[in-house]
Amino acid sequence: MSAASAGGAARAARQQTHLWVAQRVTAMVLAIAVVVHLVMIIGAVRGGLSAAEILGRTRGNEAWLAFYVVFALAAGLHGAIGLRNIAAETIGLRGRAADLAWLAIGLATAVFGIRAAIGLYA
Amino acid sequence: MASAASLTVSVWRGGEQGHFARFDVPARENQTVLDVVTYIQRELDPSLAYRFACRVGMCGSCAMTVNGRARWTCRTHVRKVVGAGGALELRPLGNLPVIRDLVADLAPFFDKWSRARGTFQPKEAEEGAVPDDFAIVPPASKQRRQADAGIECIGCAVCYSSCDVVAWNGDYLGPAALNRAWTLVNDVRDGARRDRLDAVAGDAGCHSCHSTQSCTERCPKNLDPSLAIAGLKRTLFWDTLLGRR
Repeated sequence: MSAASAGGAARAARQQTHLWVAQRVTAMVLAIAVVVHLVMIIGAVRGGLSAAEILGRTRGNEAWLAFYVVFALAAGLHGAIGLRNIAAETIGLRGRAADLAWLAIGLATAVFGIRAAIGLYA
Repeated sequence: MASAASLTVSVWRGGEQGHFARFDVPARENQTVLDVVTYIQRELDPSLAYRFACRVGMCGSCAMTVNGRARWTCRTHVRKVVGAGGALELRPLGNLPVIRDLVADLAPFFDKWSRARGTFQPKEAEEGAVPDDFAIVPPASKQRRQADAGIECIGCAVCYSSCDVVAWNGDYLGPAALNRAWTLVNDVRDGARRDRLDAVAGDAGCHSCHSTQSCTERCPKNLDPSLAIAGLKRTLFWDTLLGRR
């Protein structure tokens, strides 16, 4: 292996490690966020579910906005990195281009969630 | 099962492409799988290729796939693994190229030890020179205990042959090489920690491990490569998160 390709391999390994760390950190965030989200749902549907009640909780509330932005970001990235690993092992889809594509898919998924959170806030 | 008068042994013959040959071998009360293979070669078919040296579980050269599972044949009693009607199926170790018959090519396995920086690099003496003084490593220290836990590996490749991740990803370093790297990461006399952690990171390294623990389950030395790999992951997690690498 030449020095250049050895350096490239080390850089690739470092980027793959970053993706792995991102997935573990988002998993920790999701463990808490999913519990909060479920408890909130159970609380919200007691005595009937209405749009007015939900909007009353979320509209103008920066804390819920921040919570759901973080939640959506974590879910989008976590899911995309997980799908990346499955694709690599089952169909051999690997490489930097594939990684960038998965990152884009993860961020796009997160943007949908963030858009919904902003919709409930504004 | 010891009651069967003879064993029906299916033995892989050929290279990557090959077939099973059937042999009838007298069953004995005390008999290892290696005894069976040796009997076949000495009494029935001298052209059978297989590998062994010490016969007592020290050298690690006689590992094969016995009834679907990688084992040391010298330390496996036939009666513990034999199937119904005295059936035994012998193949070379999996996840490795086949040279001939029961002999697998271990070169890719050992190449990965060197890719994982499996060689000791003395801290204060470059190029392998002998350091000036003895290093003092307290036996009860955490790092010494973690190194001790994995140091008895004899490189038989049973773990490598049993690993699903190796089967999915030919570049994956495998349990033995990563276990070796972890013992060196914990060796306070070693000076190549940073390079070694780079070498074992990423998709070809510890981060591909699914912790299914076939390596730990099947290691004839009762080592725990899964734990070593978890240690590498943990070290790389904190080093990455805290910007130490």
